[in-house]
Formats: sequence, C-alpha cells, structure tokens
Amino acid sequence: MSGRKLSASDRALRWLCAAAVLVPIAVLSSLLVSVALVGFTQLDAEVLAAVGGALRDSVYLGLLSAGLAVPLGVGAAIGLEQYGARATWAELLDAKVAVLAGVPSVIYGLLGLELFARALSSGRGLLAGALTIALLVSPMIFVASREALRGVSASQREAGLALGGTRWQIVRHVVLPMAIPGIVSGTILAVARALGSAAPLLVLGGFAAARVAPEAADPLAVLPVRIFSWIAGPAREGAGGNAAAGSFVLMVVCLGLHGLALVIRGRSTGPREAEA
Amino acid sequence: MSEAEAKIRTRGLSAWFGARPVLRDIDIDIDARGVTAIIGPSGCGKSTFIRCINRLHEMTRGARMSGKILVDGVEIQGPEVDPVALRRRIGMVFREPNPFPAMSIRDNVLAGLILNHGRPSRARGDEIVEAALRQAALWTDLRDRLGAPGTSLSSGQQQRLCIARTLALEPEIVLMDEPCSALDPVASAKIEDLLHELRERYTVVIVTHNMQQAARVSERAAFFLDGELIEYADTDTIFTAPLDKRTEDYITGKFG
Ligand SMILES: Nc1ncnc2c1ncn2[C@@H]1O[C@H](COP(=O)(O)OP(=O)(O)OP(=O)(O)O)[C@@H](O)[C@H]1O
Ligand SMILES: [Mg+2]
Repeated sequence: MSGRKLSASDRALRWLCAAAVLVPIAVLSSLLVSVALVGFTQLDAEVLAAVGGALRDSVYLGLLSAGLAVPLGVGAAIGLEQYGARATWAELLDAKVAVLAGVPSVIYGLLGLELFARALSSGRGLLAGALTIALLVSPMIFVASREALRGVSASQREAGLALGGTRWQIVRHVVLPMAIPGIVSGTILAVARALGSAAPLLVLGGFAAARVAPEAADPLAVLPVRIFSWIAGPAREGAGGNAAAGSFVLMVVCLGLHGLALVIRGRSTGPREAEA
Repeated sequence: MSEAEAKIRTRGLSAWFGARPVLRDIDIDIDARGVTAIIGPSGCGKSTFIRCINRLHEMTRGARMSGKILVDGVEIQGPEVDPVALRRRIGMVFREPNPFPAMSIRDNVLAGLILNHGRPSRARGDEIVEAALRQAALWTDLRDRLGAPGTSLSSGQQQRLCIARTLALEPEIVLMDEPCSALDPVASAKIEDLLHELRERYTVVIVTHNMQQAARVSERAAFFLDGELIEYADTDTIFTAPLDKRTEDYITGKFG
C-alpha cells in the first residue's frame, strides 16, 4: 500500500493550499495596516479637508456616472433577456460587450477626451467625467447583469411559461427578482473599480499631459487623481501626508464597497411580503 | 369513445429536436374525465408528448412539431391561437418541484395571476389561495406561514405547492411530468391521494415511470416506445391483457 506516500503528498498539497490562501491575506492585511498607520498619523485638519474634498468629488462622480450607466447596462441586459436563448445576434452582442469590458480604462480616458471634452465641447467638468466613467462601467454592469439573469434556472422560466406568462412577464416577476442581488453587487463592484482608478480622469482632465496639478476646486480632482498628483507632482509641503491619508480613505471606501457587494450577493433572496 | 367526449385529440402528431424525430404520427383521444397515464421507457418521448399539448415544446431552440392537436375540438397550433392564453387553460407540473424562490408561499399560489393580470385584491387573493391550497391538501399545514418563502418547504410540500399554483388558474387540463419521481414514498402517496380528487374536476395526463402508480391512479394508459404510440387502452387491459407483445414485455419488466 502506498498509503503513507499518498498522505505525504496530501499533506504537501494541503500546505500549498493553505499558503495560497494565507499569503494574499497576509499581504493585504500588512498593506492595510501600514497604509492605515501612516495615514492615521498624518491626519490633521488640513489633511482632512484636502482628502475630504477629493472624497466628496469621488462620491459625486460615482453617483452621477452610476446614474448614467445603470439604466444603460442593466436596461440592455434585461432587454436582451427577453429574446431568450433563441437569438444568435444576442450572443454576438454579448461577446462584443464582454470585450469592451476588458478594454483598459486609460483608453476610455482618451475616448472621453475626444468625444465629450472636445467634440461635444462639454469641457472637462463633472459631466464629461461622469460620461467617461459611465462608458467605462456600463459594459461591466451589462456583463454582470447578463450573468445574474442567466443564472436563473431554465426550470424557473418554464414554470413561468406553463403558468401562461409572456417572456416579459416572466422576466419581470420571476427572473429579475432572483437576479437583483447579482445585478446590484456587480454594479457596486464596477463603480468601485472605476472610483479607484485614476487613469481615465488623469487623461481626461489633462493632468497627465500638461502636468497640471489638479486644484481642489476641479470636479475631476477625485481621490485617486489627487493621490497621484500628491505623489507625482512637484514636492509641496504636506503632499506626503495627504497621499498617505488619501490612500487610506480610498482603500477603506473600495474595500467597503466590495464588502457590501459580497453581502448583497450572499444574501438569499427572501420573499417580498405580499402587499395587497 | 365518442369523439364528443374526448378533451384532447391528436392526429398525426410528430415532433423533432433539430433533425431528430422524437414523436411519430401519434393519434390519441384523451377522455375529459379521469386520469390518463403515459408510460414507456426513458427517452421514448413521453415528456415531449405532453409538452406539445401546452405548446411548451416549441419554446425549445430547434424544436418543432407537425400534425394536429385539438382541445375541445379546436386546433391549438393555428396562428389564431395564442399559446400564452392556451397555457393558462392547460396547467403543467414538472418532475422537479420548482416553486419561485423569490416569492412567498402565498405569492407562489398567486403567481399565475400575478404574471398575467397583476396582483388580485387582498380579499380575492385570500380566497384563491385558500381554495388552491385546500385542493392541494396544504391548507391546514401552511395557513399560518403563508409569508414564508416557497422554497422553505419539504420537497413533497413544494411539489404540492406547484400543484396549487397550477390549480389557482382554474385550468381545464393538468399535465404532470413524473410529479413524484423526486419524492419519497410518503410524499408520493400524498400526491396520489390528491390525484383521486383532481380526477373529478380536471382532465389529468400524467407521465410516470412507476407501473404500480400508473395502475393505481389512472383509468386509461398509453404505452410509448421510440416515439410511437404502441398501445392505448383501459389501464386494466394494459396491465392484465395487453394486445402488443412489446407492451407486455415492458409491463412485466423485460426492458426499460
Ligand atoms: N432539449 C432537447 N434537445 C435535444 N434532444 C432532446 C431534448 N429533450 C429531449 N431530447 C431527446 O428527445 C427524446 C425524447 O425525450 P423525452 O424527454 O420526451 O423522453 P421521455 O420519455 O420523457 O424520457 P424520460 O423518461 O427520461 O423523461 C430523447 O431521446 C431525448 O434525448
Ligand atoms: Mg421525461
């Protein structure tokens, strides 16, 4: 019997798996702790004001772009859902949008610059920023929504059909309620990702090319952009402290959003109480 | 049987998945009263046959049918027949209990109405829920927990909830595709008891793999083999004096 040998390789595998789990956790928590330590020690009224302003801009931008992208991404996913598995063109569209969702975010910055800032001459304000971020996240929202909708089993849809439901009625009353947690968490993750990335707004805002330091008053001077300029810009007093505190806040916000998404996704779909 | 009595008649009914024929030239007259059992080995087309009757078959990609199906003498596959409206008259219970997880027990019973016409008034809804749950022998068990999720029940109760959901639409025909095959013997026995009540009010067509069950619950039985209807007669005749050798071999467990 090779029982001993097997158990030895078994044990090795177990250690390997444990390491695979523990290493990222260790790295993440040490990162968190170090950023938190540095960030915390630097917090004073001035730093708080700078970081707070950037955070407020991030929230505005996040809300506005989500407001633009959610109807687009979720609406398109629901619209396609009605055609069910029958339409080949729906599958093609799926594949195209999945590719869009993989385009690096900096490209969206360039697109936004051309399309919104220059062609539509809407300037480089909040609207252009929100439109650009909306373009960036709506494919991700679409893909997440499609996945959530398709995750609803065929037997649920058949049950709806057998009760004399139309496709739309089934989507509305059976499929959508089951997919909502997945759609919401996917949306939160997409927006969190966009809020954390500086690249598209650095491009759009011209901060990267012209080496313009973003002013606090600039609506595009969101957290990651400010952090970038605090680190990369000409050394100014307080920049280091701002960067550390800003990173800490950004990390907390993003991790918080991810946590929220996890909670929503994990929540079983309880019944809605019958309202007469 | 006189033609006037037949609730469902098929003439030359054939069905395909893609290029593959799964039903060939089925002629059958199904009585308005009582339970008709569909028996036959796995893959012989039993599910496909009942799924043609409520036009669910055509919802599968690449699936197609030809020939005639008449319900109360009216062709149901004509362009002037709305399949959605038809399915409200012809209910279906599936092999796996499939209550809607995002709905309460109450809403599951009302699901057909909610889908089609919007939620009924509180009082009307209460009436329908109670009547349907009583018919499904669930009312005394569940009357105090109508707000709980439909999926919180045992699988036997879930299947009876699915039956209640179907009955709430007051269908004329109830199609059942092996409704007991996911259930334990006690839960199966409860469904069989239910069938004895349902036969009074509905035309019931039930697919089953269980010969004893077919013998217990049905008045007439149809034996399918490889997409063909081999024999169709009173259940007693099928089980005691089948005309076809293949029927006898199947009944006596020589194959299938
Ligand atoms: N969605 C499908 N696509 C392609 N072929 C299918 C599909 N569903 C069923 N079939 C085939 O059609 C034939 C008839 O299937 P059907 O489900 O009607 O058989 P059945 O008698 O109900 O079998 P079972 O007792 O196993 O449920 C089978 O050979 C099956 O493989
Ligand atoms: Mg079957």
